Amino acid sequence: MSILVDQHTRVICQGFTGKQGSFHSEQALAYGTQLVGGVTPGKGGQKHLDLPVFNTVRDAVDGTGAHASMIYVPAAFAADAILEAADAGIELIVCISEGIPVMDMLKVKAALSGSGASLIGPNCPGIITPGACKVGIMPGAIHKPGTIGIVSRSGTLTYEAVYQTTLAGLGQSTCVGIGGDPIHGLDFIDCLQQFERDPGTEGVIVVGEIGGSAEEEAAVFIRDHMNKPVVAYIAGVTAPAGKRMGHAGAIISGGKGTAEAKFAALEQAGVAVVRSPADMGVRMHEVLAAS
Amino acid sequence: MHLHEYQAKQLFVDYGVPVPQGRMVESSQDAAAAAKALGGERWVVKAQVHAGGRGKGGGVKLVEGVEAVEKTANALLGSSLVTRQTDSHGLPVHRLLIEGAVAIERELYLGMLVDRARERVMIMASASGGMDIEEVAARDPRAILTEAVHPAVGLQAYQCRNLAFGVGLVGDQIKAFTRLLGGLYRLFEQRDASLVEINPLVVTASGDLLALDAKLELDDNALYRHPDINDLRDHSQEDEKERSASEHGLNYITLDGDIACMVNGAGLAMATMDLIKLHGGEPANFLDVGGGATAERVAEAFKLILADTKVRAILVNIFGGIVRCDLIAEGIIQAVQDVGVDLPVVVRLEGTNRDEGKALLAASGLSIIAAEGFTDAAGKVVQASRETAA
Repeated sequence: MSILVDQHTRVICQGFTGKQGSFHSEQALAYGTQLVGGVTPGKGGQKHLDLPVFNTVRDAVDGTGAHASMIYVPAAFAADAILEAADAGIELIVCISEGIPVMDMLKVKAALSGSGASLIGPNCPGIITPGACKVGIMPGAIHKPGTIGIVSRSGTLTYEAVYQTTLAGLGQSTCVGIGGDPIHGLDFIDCLQQFERDPGTEGVIVVGEIGGSAEEEAAVFIRDHMNKPVVAYIAGVTAPAGKRMGHAGAIISGGKGTAEAKFAALEQAGVAVVRSPADMGVRMHEVLAAS
Repeated sequence: MHLHEYQAKQLFVDYGVPVPQGRMVESSQDAAAAAKALGGERWVVKAQVHAGGRGKGGGVKLVEGVEAVEKTANALLGSSLVTRQTDSHGLPVHRLLIEGAVAIERELYLGMLVDRARERVMIMASASGGMDIEEVAARDPRAILTEAVHPAVGLQAYQCRNLAFGVGLVGDQIKAFTRLLGGLYRLFEQRDASLVEINPLVVTASGDLLALDAKLELDDNALYRHPDINDLRDHSQEDEKERSASEHGLNYITLDGDIACMVNGAGLAMATMDLIKLHGGEPANFLDVGGGATAERVAEAFKLILADTKVRAILVNIFGGIVRCDLIAEGIIQAVQDVGVDLPVVVRLEGTNRDEGKALLAASGLSIIAAEGFTDAAGKVVQASRETAA
């Protein structure tokens, strides 16, 4: 079992014929994802990777019955791409693009509210249900079908959590990279809620980082609404204040958003926190064995 | 991106936000000439650096007489200003803003930023202006009034009135404040700001509103649509190494320790720093070589790291996803040979083509310390740094 995507998910790619879109579409197809076509304005009617290309997302939805989209367009066009997908009835929009202006995302989020579309990202690795559906840039081979849900603000650090749970023999139900931008789609709580309901998920790993208060809010949610065990790691204990650590959203400002404050909030909520990023898989294994 | 106060005030003027008469100068002679041209008896000489706390740091001086302006300008120009927001070296002062002194009746605070949790632009106003707003917030959160702006409909007049009456403005000041705030919000939205702060916003003796100070930060991701603002960049206020790194597609931040790290991915880079610390070491930098790390980028990264004389050992931590570990290994070998790395280098490779990468490093004949896993890598590099130091 899984959340959000599975072997039946029909996916299109926006920015399909571009370099990034092409490469990751090939990878998704090789992984077994039901990629059913793509969109590149002006190239409608052509074939790419043996799949139909459409001019608009609306045409692509009509032509393929897709309900998910992965977006690999340049940042300047990403807000438009997200809104086009939502308007065409796409239910799950996964935006990989990095570098979208915050003001664009504020407007996008306001427009998506009440639309029925869920957004993952931007500036994220995407989402994968191992063995069934890969929508994003993560390396498929390190994943293994299993029982751990992973939700993370980071890319390669997610792969670390994935690899550790694979080595621990647990595998993953679904892994969601929610992205490193300050304004983004699905958050920790949205994913935790789904993992709690998913019968295929036995435990969840939360990978947070400095900046904002999403981890603190997740801690409250876990305390009040979750029965499944949660392991958490927060990156950035050694990060200096006022510096943006690679991700647009990873910044301690005005003394807020420190790793210590997030660790403390999660600990208070009864979450099994690990201080070492190398211990996520081992700790999950221990916690599950004890429960 | 940070702007100088004088640049922010120029943008304020463009959007109808009133500021004191002033001129930016780069020499003490021009400072004196500016004071004369502005007129009056008293002026404020303000050091233009990208940091707050300038007043307490001695970078803002109220002086009387043109000679005093020239003398103060002479002392400030070419100096380094240390404030609570800079490091111990401070920031170089190359530009000054000369303004006529203003007779102040009241000092207010006005700020605007993106609230991540609420996903709105938040406006903050307080009757306690001129003080550190974080201290005000800590002491009495109710002293700060807030309004959240819906991105689709924009700032509404009632929100301006809420704040204006809330901070105790009266009469014509209510309308003046509404106009000022409307201009400031248009500036924020149209210029893709991430933070605007006016502290203090003053009520003058004649009852007018004036932005006495101006702090403006802009969203780096949106600079592509504001080429004119990009031209306002002052490289002298930026860390030289961080800037040269970004020109090579690297994300680099200098830290105080002696263990350098080179990692792919921002989250993993932070986690690597944390793990070094957990093993009793101190990271010398944050360095994300990005998802598409090439041999050239790896070589540039080594050059950056080696330019820091504090460094005693280097940890390369790569989780190969789309990037193959064998390609990274080739990049490391080439860089170590080309750049001439004589410090211990610990390498941990994981993910795609890990074994091929490890084999290449082993066969290279270079004294690279191979690590088995994340924890082993941190342990080994901390040990190596101690041996170099000894």
